Amino acid sequence: MIQYFKNVWSGLSSTFLGMYITFKHLFVKKVTIQYPDQRFTLPDNARNRLKLEMERCNGCNSCVVACPVNCITLETVRVSPEDPHQEVHHNGNPRKMWVTRYEIDFAKCCYCGLCTQACPSDAIQHTQEYEYSSYKREDLYYKFQTLSPDQVAEKHRMYAELKAKDKPAKAEGATEEKKAKPEEKKEKEQ
Amino acid sequence: MSEKKRLDLEYSQLDSDRMRLNVGPQHPSTHGVLRLEVEIDGEIVTEVIPHLGYLHRSFEKHCEKMTYPQIIPYIDRMDYISAMNNEWPYVMALEKMLDIKVPEKVEYIRVIVAELNRIANHQIAVATFGLDAGAFTPFLFFFRDREYIIWILEKLSGARLLYNYFRVGGLAGDTYPSFKEECLNVIEKVRKTNAEVMDLLIYNRIFIQRTANVGILTPEVAVNYACSGPVLRGSGLRYDLRKDEPYSIYDRFDFEVPVGKGEVGFVGDCWDRNIVRMQEMEQSCRIIEQALAQMPETGDVKANVPKRIKPPKGEVYMRTENPKGDLGFYIVSNGTDKPERLKARGTSFVNLSVIPEISKGYMFADLILILGSIDIVLGEVDR
Amino acid sequence: MENTNFLWDLMGKNIWSVLLVISLPLMFVLVYALIAILAELKISAWIQERLGPMRTGPWGILQPVAEVVKLIQKEDITPDQSSKLLYNLAPFIIFTGAYAAFAVIPFSEAFVPSGIDVGLFYVFAIGSISAMGIVMGGWASNNKYSLMGAMRAVSQLISYEIPAAFAVLSVVVLASSMNMQEISKMQTGWFWNWFIFGGPGSISKIWVIPFTVGLTLIYFISSLAETNRVPFDIPEGESELVAGFHTEYSGMKFAMFFFAEYANMFVVAAILTTIFLGGWNSPFGDFMQGPWWGVFWFIAKSFSVVLVQIWIRWTLPRFRVDQLMYVGWKVLLPLSFVCFIAISLFVMLK
Repeated sequence: MIQYFKNVWSGLSSTFLGMYITFKHLFVKKVTIQYPDQRFTLPDNARNRLKLEMERCNGCNSCVVACPVNCITLETVRVSPEDPHQEVHHNGNPRKMWVTRYEIDFAKCCYCGLCTQACPSDAIQHTQEYEYSSYKREDLYYKFQTLSPDQVAEKHRMYAELKAKDKPAKAEGATEEKKAKPEEKKEKEQ
Repeated sequence: MSEKKRLDLEYSQLDSDRMRLNVGPQHPSTHGVLRLEVEIDGEIVTEVIPHLGYLHRSFEKHCEKMTYPQIIPYIDRMDYISAMNNEWPYVMALEKMLDIKVPEKVEYIRVIVAELNRIANHQIAVATFGLDAGAFTPFLFFFRDREYIIWILEKLSGARLLYNYFRVGGLAGDTYPSFKEECLNVIEKVRKTNAEVMDLLIYNRIFIQRTANVGILTPEVAVNYACSGPVLRGSGLRYDLRKDEPYSIYDRFDFEVPVGKGEVGFVGDCWDRNIVRMQEMEQSCRIIEQALAQMPETGDVKANVPKRIKPPKGEVYMRTENPKGDLGFYIVSNGTDKPERLKARGTSFVNLSVIPEISKGYMFADLILILGSIDIVLGEVDR
Repeated sequence: MENTNFLWDLMGKNIWSVLLVISLPLMFVLVYALIAILAELKISAWIQERLGPMRTGPWGILQPVAEVVKLIQKEDITPDQSSKLLYNLAPFIIFTGAYAAFAVIPFSEAFVPSGIDVGLFYVFAIGSISAMGIVMGGWASNNKYSLMGAMRAVSQLISYEIPAAFAVLSVVVLASSMNMQEISKMQTGWFWNWFIFGGPGSISKIWVIPFTVGLTLIYFISSLAETNRVPFDIPEGESELVAGFHTEYSGMKFAMFFFAEYANMFVVAAILTTIFLGGWNSPFGDFMQGPWWGVFWFIAKSFSVVLVQIWIRWTLPRFRVDQLMYVGWKVLLPLSFVCFIAISLFVMLK
């Protein structure tokens, strides 16, 4: 019987205690951030959408290797020394590889940041941009290459010429395999 | 227990039809896409069959096709509420294989972020448990505080939830200048909220009525089902890898392992599992305070690690104390940069298997609470 | 019987005045429900240190209107295997049950839609209609969750009517009347004349005050259960039964359930106000007393009771079915018996 009244009393008292706590919270400063108007400042290392600085990228392929979800597509072609169009990197070194295709599928990207750490020249980096949702999946397919399709064809032609010129000069045998590789690549590109 | 058995008898004498109810995969309180096939007799649960696999991503097979560092983001996505804790056993396993000595500072930062994440995980566990019981306000109090923890972890790693912060032999980045003060602030906030929630929810009479003597998990059953973490400790067994098998630098800290004592009911009921989580938050706060005091100011955050991680041929098993329990990774290496086989011992999966055993004979509303007290994450159950 | 309705005086008793008398509470319910929904949203937010809706209108005050517009636009789904007639009828029956109770609620000394002598009895009789609506809706949905919710709701409503009825009966014993207008009139004067403080009378009523305060609490707790509010919201307990008896309802029919719930909240708050908190009387004697001030006092008092209901909702967890029955039958019922007998003895000996 005493236990019964104790239970009734503890039920009532704990309810009133809870109501007192919630009542106090009515007058506390609110923590809501009114999102589109007010924003929370992101830290500098926040991992959001990626960007690529083409003048830094030397087409080394290490981001593609590092990516766990294969969302980066990278294609390159060697720069022909006879090409009148020559570029330099941000640090003054001449460009050795044309990046003919650099595309990131942000529908696949998992924002792990492994590519930014793998990049030797800090070309691929995270931005502070996080509002880029889209109604179409194709809109999430970002293309970062700066060369136009005509230019790309031109570069391939130049490279083929270079290779054809080099061919008789070089010895046979060991170089055979090396040559086979860029040709294969070229086919894929076309 | 005797009262429960008597109820069973009386109900079995009635000639009534049983109803099969599919709780989930879309249900407000299955904590994800879990389906429980429940057979109920009126309100009494007579049978529970969990159906898994709605979130299966073939994690283990996938890992065989990826290099070792690439696996870390996937491990984040197993138990996405405590991603820092998940990464730890994996990188420790690789460090063991490669025989890497991790710098002192890295160990301290790892302990701090893991304990912060443990607090965040327990906050969600207690919050959703309260939500299952119908109390909505503590849920948002906890989420408000968890946000501060997430901000710290975001400043460290760059992401809010799936950190990818641990690296083999180190960390992805160093701490930032105001790290210490922010951690101490968070601890203060966590303690304040915990004290408030104790009054508002944990010691509320209705909450005690709902959770005490419900879903009693006896120590024998808990051991037989290989439960671990707060689920096991709630049954009164003092088993914590941080104490029993101290990995990293946990032997340097002074902390206690809270166990369920049956304060309001039998040992091992839902209330005990829940209070263990509340007390563990306090212990984590203590560990963080000590770690912050002991942490060296300067130091490298990365050991000398080869660029391509190629562990020698062999196998390794490493386990740590996840917030949900005992998380282990078994890695078989064939000498290349990709694992031959990777097996994860998912804590939630093992703990979930005890549900059919402990929820029979209770009411349907209790089943939801028992499920909430187990604290599962379906990302880890299905993997 | 005295004149209890200013509209009868003003327009006489014809079809138009009757329609006006009927529609006045309806308009009131609609406006009140919008305000109550806003109060629910805002109070829950403030308790949880949020701001709540802020985008519709200044400080989000148009949010309930937006929600109603949204509910009207939504597709009205009827499950294929449901019992169509009952399914479509249930929301209307529930709302009718909630709305019919407004007939005897005295808003002011000059306005009560129907001042019948058995007002309190009528309210209890009419209150059970919503149980019927709930069980119809739950059964006709052909959903297991709905069925369980409906079964729980009915058992809950029936159980909690008894302690509530005893609380009301005690006041009837004290006031020797079931006419709500009469009961209100008795409590004129300062607030110590309210029935929560033993009603009008000499200093000897001090013996009865603990019992009347207890009965007020008992009635309030039972009224929470009758309106399916937390901590007694197990018929629609979200975490286990998804949405209980209205799981399958959508669009305007769901809105009817919603409105009925808020209307019911007001009805029980209004009864609590009338029988315990002095009805339309000012708490301070003749200060701000009068027919128009009466409306203000009545609505203010009732609305504060509704606010307390909302406040409790965001504080407490939910009971389990058997515990709900335990509280109803083993705690509230015996205690209300004790209070009832004590008050009866007091009235007998006085």
